[in-house]
Amino acid sequence: MENLVLQALSGLASASSLFLVASGLTVIFGVSRVVNFAHGSFYMLGAYLAYTLVTHLPRGHLGFWGGVIGAAVLVGLIGLAVEMLLLRRIYRAPELFQLLATFGVVLIVQELTQMIWGAQDLLGPRAPGLRGSAEILGLRFPLYELFLIGVGPVVLGLLVLLFRRTRWGTLVRAATQDREMVGALGVNQRMLFTSVFFLGSLLAGLGGALQLPRESVNLHMDLSIITEAFVVVVVGGLGSLTGAALAALLIGELHAFGILIVPKITLVLVFLVMALVLVVRPHGLLGKPEAAARGGQGSAEPVIGPAPAALRWLALAALGLAVVVPPFLGDYAISVLTELATAVLFAASLHLIMGPGGMASFGHAAYFGLGAYGAALAAQWLGAPMLAGLALAPLAAGVFGLVFGYFCVRLSGVYAAMLTLAFAQIAWSVAFQWVEVTGGDNGILGVWPDAWAAPKLVFYYLALALCLGATLLLRRVVHAPFGYALRAQRDSALRAEAIGIDAFRIRWLGFALAAAAAGIAGGLFAYGKGSVFPTYMGIPRSVDALLMVLLGGVQTLSGPIIGALAFTGLQEQLVRLTDLWRLILGAVIVLLVLFFPQGLAGATRARWEARHGDA
Amino acid sequence: MLSVAGLSAYYGRAHILDDVALDVGAGEVVVLLGRNGAGKSTTMKAIMGLVPPAAGRVRFAGAEIAGREPFEIARLGLGYVPEERRIFTELSVLENLEVGRRPPTAGLRPWTPERLFALFPSLGAMQDRPGGRMSGGEQQMLTIARTLMGNPRLILLDEPSEGLAPVVIERMAEAIRALKSEGLSILLSEQNLHFAQLVSDRATIIEKGRIRWSGSMPQLLAADDVREQYLSV
Amino acid sequence: MATLEVTGLEKSFGGVRAVQGVSFSVAPGEMLALIGPNGAGKSTCFNMLNGQLRPDAGAVRLLGQDITGLAPRQVWRLGVGRTFQITATFGSMTVLENVQMALLSHHRRLGGLWRPVARMDAAPARALLERLGMADQAARPCGILAYGDLKRVELAIALANEPKLLLMDEPTAGMAPQERVSLMALTAQIARESGIAVLFTEHDMDVVFSHADRILVLDRGRLIAKGAPAVVRADPRVREVYLGSGAVTGAH
Repeated sequence: MENLVLQALSGLASASSLFLVASGLTVIFGVSRVVNFAHGSFYMLGAYLAYTLVTHLPRGHLGFWGGVIGAAVLVGLIGLAVEMLLLRRIYRAPELFQLLATFGVVLIVQELTQMIWGAQDLLGPRAPGLRGSAEILGLRFPLYELFLIGVGPVVLGLLVLLFRRTRWGTLVRAATQDREMVGALGVNQRMLFTSVFFLGSLLAGLGGALQLPRESVNLHMDLSIITEAFVVVVVGGLGSLTGAALAALLIGELHAFGILIVPKITLVLVFLVMALVLVVRPHGLLGKPEAAARGGQGSAEPVIGPAPAALRWLALAALGLAVVVPPFLGDYAISVLTELATAVLFAASLHLIMGPGGMASFGHAAYFGLGAYGAALAAQWLGAPMLAGLALAPLAAGVFGLVFGYFCVRLSGVYAAMLTLAFAQIAWSVAFQWVEVTGGDNGILGVWPDAWAAPKLVFYYLALALCLGATLLLRRVVHAPFGYALRAQRDSALRAEAIGIDAFRIRWLGFALAAAAAGIAGGLFAYGKGSVFPTYMGIPRSVDALLMVLLGGVQTLSGPIIGALAFTGLQEQLVRLTDLWRLILGAVIVLLVLFFPQGLAGATRARWEARHGDA
Repeated sequence: MLSVAGLSAYYGRAHILDDVALDVGAGEVVVLLGRNGAGKSTTMKAIMGLVPPAAGRVRFAGAEIAGREPFEIARLGLGYVPEERRIFTELSVLENLEVGRRPPTAGLRPWTPERLFALFPSLGAMQDRPGGRMSGGEQQMLTIARTLMGNPRLILLDEPSEGLAPVVIERMAEAIRALKSEGLSILLSEQNLHFAQLVSDRATIIEKGRIRWSGSMPQLLAADDVREQYLSV
Repeated sequence: MATLEVTGLEKSFGGVRAVQGVSFSVAPGEMLALIGPNGAGKSTCFNMLNGQLRPDAGAVRLLGQDITGLAPRQVWRLGVGRTFQITATFGSMTVLENVQMALLSHHRRLGGLWRPVARMDAAPARALLERLGMADQAARPCGILAYGDLKRVELAIALANEPKLLLMDEPTAGMAPQERVSLMALTAQIARESGIAVLFTEHDMDVVFSHADRILVLDRGRLIAKGAPAVVRADPRVREVYLGSGAVTGAH
């Protein structure tokens, strides 16, 4: 009994910390509609800066608390700089592009942090005056944890007062709905946004700085907190502070008790809960259906027509090169090309749901991985030949696409994207924790092609043929009635329903089709590498797919192909050439978003149309 | 008070305003008439800085305002009441008014919520109601009241009668006449000539982004050919 | 038989009775206008007819068949076309493709994965556009069309499944006076030729009084008047809650 109470208290302390970070995220989202991936980086910077300040300032209360507050303010200023230099320029860009830009910031901050503070974990001092512990029900509980439990509610109260009772808060809530109108009423809405960003970043920094006495400061803090913070914000309902507080409480306690009750599935528990909440309440616990915020919308999506002759010739030439050149290359280059082929199909499959379908997926790697595991498990446990394995790959991915998609496509926007992420994490953790079947972290090895396809070159041609074939099929689908129906429900759900289109069914089948196509890519990838690992389904691979599609451009059919080639090629080269690849990749992403907001293919098309004229 | 000359604007590559010129004197109500898509809303947005003018001059209260930020223009005393109302649906009536509040303007009696409720009595009865739960007519009153809270010298009133019931439009006309008697200048855009003639001193007709006719209201009512050609009611 | 027959329709939202005991019918080829102040329940009423809202009580019959509570797409399949107050078209498609989509859906051919849309149902789609005077705009994307033209595209889409009933929510909102008259004249002509019953809401009294065969007046969820235009116009209660003195409608 006493242990349970202590466990509950420690859950409260985690919830409190989590709330600090999530509140900043939800405040920023509420106003700017930016899904700020870099929020976790601000949290990490808060911890590092607090470490430096606290260890350099004189010991004692002033040094410690001064250091913590100082770190929070510094992070707020960093957030302010990011807003002024980057985000301010892309408020009119599509939501996912903003996400991409903030992901670039994540990479840059990671590299810079490592350069400044080094790769090793840092241990900060404990808080003066709160070093001891209190006695609760005869057991000892750290005072600092008790202090943290108090911080959350205090911050929540202050924020609610700020938003409900001050003119600033009223203006911010008005700007959330219609920033242009607020400007026309004489409010400098740019400053308003910047101030919101300052506040949100400061909260993240404060959250990070307050971790100093609790855990070591390290380079993984950013990504681990950002996933949790996203979960909290989405479970609570985007933009809702009270919702975020409730959700933080839920997640904090879930962590505390999950370990006791179901230790085997702790990794996935949070995502299971998120999936459950979203299935029952599609807008989170306290969220409202998203009304489109005014003053930021783009123009209508472009019409899709047949490819211009020049593009056809270019594609044919590229295909010719891809067929003719490889016999003259070494094994390594050939396996890179094989990987490129699978990347193209992977990106094209995601593009089907993101472009024509108008749905975002943060968890598309699940289907890539399910294809890979489908093939590998068939080979390992059934001794299936390669072609059977390759046939099973899209089947496995497609079936799971049907199951997961059934829930995901009912939601919209960020909620849908987060539910895809939740399912991907569930798939990932099953692969990770069901060691008896999947080999867990060690993966499944020895998934090699049959003898006839064993030479790298033969396998490359096989992969090229399958990936290209599947990609062209997807293209064909976009021009066929089904693809038009997908675009129809994206353009106007109201009109689609009014002419008898069952939007849910169309989205659902589109999702499953994309999953199956990703499964082919995954199966080929598995045989190409000879092994599968849980990382095939991990968040980074899902992000890769997103990057490829967005870099290429969502609204052109050639976008994902170009994006996949550009991204995979760039990453490959950077990793080989320099230790600073994350810094350079991050900077490239940020610059691309700033200067090519329609993606590479989109920008090329815009140039083309400007030169040749259009309707 | 407001003087526009040579104003041009583009939307993408389409030329939507071409050499627009118009004037609004102190205490005057001028109506900009034209059919949908003729450029009425764009003219107002260009004056307000919401659509960047490509060329031309906009002088307001002695200052050149073309190319300035909307919030700076608003602070000079130019109020904007948009066509689609765009009230803040999550905010209460009082909070909507608070967003519009600016310091008093010299020479004008400052607006307070109380004075606005006297002008629009139906708003006073629902001070704490969220904007999203008001009828179209009430929302239209609230948009005007919200803009008045900024104590403007001149307001741009974009199609206030659109979508309103005839009885509500009649009340709107009374409110506009009351504002005029306070000394406020108004540039109104309209398609409803019946309504326009109840409140306006002068009229300017715009079609395909160009000014086609300007004159006093009585002149317009006498010029059957002009009405026939551009307004065809 | 009446095309549409509505009896005792009721709907409440959180205790507020938005529509109470509304009954009426529309005959083939008839233009019936539904007017009333903002918030009188016109949209709620409309949305119950085409299935976007489920009524609390009452029945909606189409050619004698009970369609109460069916989903919009089922209602559409039974022959009810709809246009919206704020036009809803597919902005990433051309005018022709928009109409093709309605035809393809009508012929249940939307599952196709192989044959390009470009070659499907193009001729009948063109014919429909021809009828509405939009043939020369067929290749333009809907996303860049002028508002008045979009309204015509919507009408073409709504006619694609050869409807028996057309529901038009403020069909002329946002249009210039001249366009209003010509669109409604065209609608009336098509309705009479094809025996389509038309129910429309409208704020422009010029349009209502010159094109409606009969008028229903809704106030606070109840029908307060119905009948021929001259009768409704003279009704003192209608003047009080809605029409006013006539100073702004040109009806002195």
